[in-house]
Amino acid sequence: MTAAGHDPAAAASLITGAVTKRYDGRTVLDAATLQVRAGAIHALVGENGAGKSTLVKIVAGLVRPDAGAIAVAPGQRVGLVPQHGALVPTLTVVENAVLGREPGRAGVLALAPVADALRALGAAHGLAVDPWARAGALSVGEQQRAEIVIALWRGASLLILDEPTAVLAPVEVDGLFAVLRGVAAAGGAVVLVTHKLDEVVAIADDLTVLRAGRVVRHDVGVAGHLDATTIARAMVGGEPPPRATAPPPPAATAAIALAVRGLHVADATGAGVHGVDLALRAGELVGVAGVEGNGQRALVEAIAGLRRPGAGRIELGGVDVTGATVAARLAAGLGHVAEDRHAMGLVLDASIEDNVALGREAELGAGLGGWILGRRARRALADAIVRDLDVRPPDPTLPARALSGGNQQKIVVGRELTRPALRALVAAQPTRGVDLGAQALIHARLRDAAGRGVAVLLVSADLDELLGLCHRVVVLHRGRLVGEVVGDALRADGVRGRLGALMTGAAAAEEAA
Amino acid sequence: MKPATAAAVRREAAIATVALLVAMAAGSALILAIGQSPARVWGALLARTLGDAGGVAQVLFKATPLLFTGLAVAIALRAGLFNIGVEGQLVAGLLACGVVGGALPAATPGLIAVPLCLLAAATAGGALGAATGALRAWRGSHEVIVGILLNAIVGAVVLWLGDAYLFVGESTRTADVVDGARLATIGPAGTALNTAAPLALAAAAAIAWLFARTRTGARWRAVGAAPDAAACAGGGVRRSMLTAMTLSGAIAGLAAAHYVLGYKYCYEDGVGRGAGFLGIAVALLGRGHPGGVVAAALLLGLLSHGGLVVSDLVPKELFDVLTAVIILAVAASTPMVRRRGLAALTRGARRAGLSGVAADGGAP
Repeated sequence: MTAAGHDPAAAASLITGAVTKRYDGRTVLDAATLQVRAGAIHALVGENGAGKSTLVKIVAGLVRPDAGAIAVAPGQRVGLVPQHGALVPTLTVVENAVLGREPGRAGVLALAPVADALRALGAAHGLAVDPWARAGALSVGEQQRAEIVIALWRGASLLILDEPTAVLAPVEVDGLFAVLRGVAAAGGAVVLVTHKLDEVVAIADDLTVLRAGRVVRHDVGVAGHLDATTIARAMVGGEPPPRATAPPPPAATAAIALAVRGLHVADATGAGVHGVDLALRAGELVGVAGVEGNGQRALVEAIAGLRRPGAGRIELGGVDVTGATVAARLAAGLGHVAEDRHAMGLVLDASIEDNVALGREAELGAGLGGWILGRRARRALADAIVRDLDVRPPDPTLPARALSGGNQQKIVVGRELTRPALRALVAAQPTRGVDLGAQALIHARLRDAAGRGVAVLLVSADLDELLGLCHRVVVLHRGRLVGEVVGDALRADGVRGRLGALMTGAAAAEEAA
Repeated sequence: MKPATAAAVRREAAIATVALLVAMAAGSALILAIGQSPARVWGALLARTLGDAGGVAQVLFKATPLLFTGLAVAIALRAGLFNIGVEGQLVAGLLACGVVGGALPAATPGLIAVPLCLLAAATAGGALGAATGALRAWRGSHEVIVGILLNAIVGAVVLWLGDAYLFVGESTRTADVVDGARLATIGPAGTALNTAAPLALAAAAAIAWLFARTRTGARWRAVGAAPDAAACAGGGVRRSMLTAMTLSGAIAGLAAAHYVLGYKYCYEDGVGRGAGFLGIAVALLGRGHPGGVVAAALLLGLLSHGGLVVSDLVPKELFDVLTAVIILAVAASTPMVRRRGLAALTRGARRAGLSGVAADGGAP
């Protein structure tokens, strides 16, 4: 580790300060301190809503603190690489780089020198980037590399990366970390906002833990002597909830509840699926691993009925539902926890009650074939979900918008799992951006559902989640299932490496053989 | 009332109030510029409209068609659609109503004539709305573009049909509707206020109930507020667009009750023109809620009649300007009030000892 040799006392602070920030009277940051040393990789960790993003936005000058200030050392420039890409997809990488500071004379752009500079910078840092590629045509990993190179080209010596590894395969993560070490070693510093604790253990020199807007832990020069459990305790402020384990596997004779046969789904961004075969028995929990953008979304939306497949069939309980509407599939026993709960899972302005009844109006109706809304039935269901999943605050009349991410997701999971005659549940990233407590609860409910005979297809970017919870994990790469790990092999040593290799396609040929 | 709903109602009321105050300030400035005393003009306006039964009746008379068209726009808005075609749907409804009313046997009793005429009006308006909704739902054609084009087409087709087949002699009007189809006037003598007004109020109540208590209303809202979530939940996005636009057009057509059955007793070219566009203003000012639409229609009715009664002091066009200022102020004050309102909501929740209430609308 190149940066580990720094003497903590000797290195100058590039970022230092303490800030307080309130939104609508709610304290998001409470005298939160941040001190980043030159040459260090500084991990900023905390649960969702702990204030990490607000803190780095203040550092980057995007948000003004209510009290206090964060000073950046003279001569240093901050470059923020946000969690969700900030490139304009219709522009090329070099056009994105010069956006707002277009070089040239009399309105005529002079892009070639910039492109050369970007290429040279990329080569120097091991970040291969084609400056003339349209941003929208790049994979998420390539976009991220482009954003880093652009930040460096703009003179950033302090790189801040917000959850950079969410979209990367394990191998790509290693590559990214090598680049970050290079940036830090060149006299700058890197702030890494993350919730993946094994990454913190692997790369961080310094550590700041935020909990509910306060810094609860600040360590300097910890590379090599940190462990994930200690950090998790600091994040949660107690013992982290135990991870759910896989329920007993279903009998080999259990009926097939959900099957996908020869499925082809076209996708404008190239993230379609090309010939997927997958069958889930009743009570089976099957995970779909893969780097994001390898067809997960197309697979899930085709099963849910939101996209028409180009070829292939989808069967629910042995019945072909390929041509059925969404409503017909839901009525036939499908549940769908959509990937994007804000856009697809919830009507944010509607109450918890209304959201619980979303699409289930007929089933919860009071009269005229369910045309009149059944207020009592809706309230009863909302109350039951709020109680069962510990939704806070426990008031079903509140708009979904007023809930935290974890509580919003509980509403979605609760609605889908309480469908009558549920046979199969497709859950896409059900615990993304959800605090650890809600995560544990959602895992437990998925496990319970499998235990009572529901086939669960769990699509997740979180390998730990898949390895802990599933009976079987399949790997999706470029729209094809390239491998499968079953049963005890999921708990064996080296399984991550194997899945990681499958996810990047490195082991595809070998597994397919 | 549920606390969240009460807060929402207060917020919407605050938006309208802010808009009204801004418009009054702008109006006062204009009155001063003309060289009149704002106090005198406002005072005269109120005294001559709300000061006697005749004035009140005229305000209600002016408000009635705006209530129909405002409700029509509000229905589409509920499903996330902007029905700018209300104007054309209204004209089509008026013509259909006039033609059917004039073609009925002279002795047709009211109980048959009125419903038949209204059915014709609603069908004509609803068909145009349905066409717009279907084009949007299945072909992806934007309803605003389609609406604008249909408005122009309807205007031209009505004149052509009228000249060729329907108008009486050299005039631009149809034959009078039969006596049975005429709505009774209500209120003091000398006003044209008729039973279309209570019909419009009943429509507002029915639509409020439809929004709040039926699956149709719930789906419209889901489609309007979160179309992807509605699709995920199997909520029939396309069907919701079609039904909302159809009902919207039908209600717009029903304004014929006021113009044809209650006022002119025939279709006359030019009558009712502009009420469709004003309906957009009414729906926006009423924040898309039937109750708010009633209040907004009354306000615009007041300004419209008020402009006439104080025309000795200021030109009546001044009040058209005020209507426009109110609409602009509503559009501009919405974000401000929403921020404040949400802050109040979170404050209230915190006072009640609840945690986990996100400040900015939930964690990203």
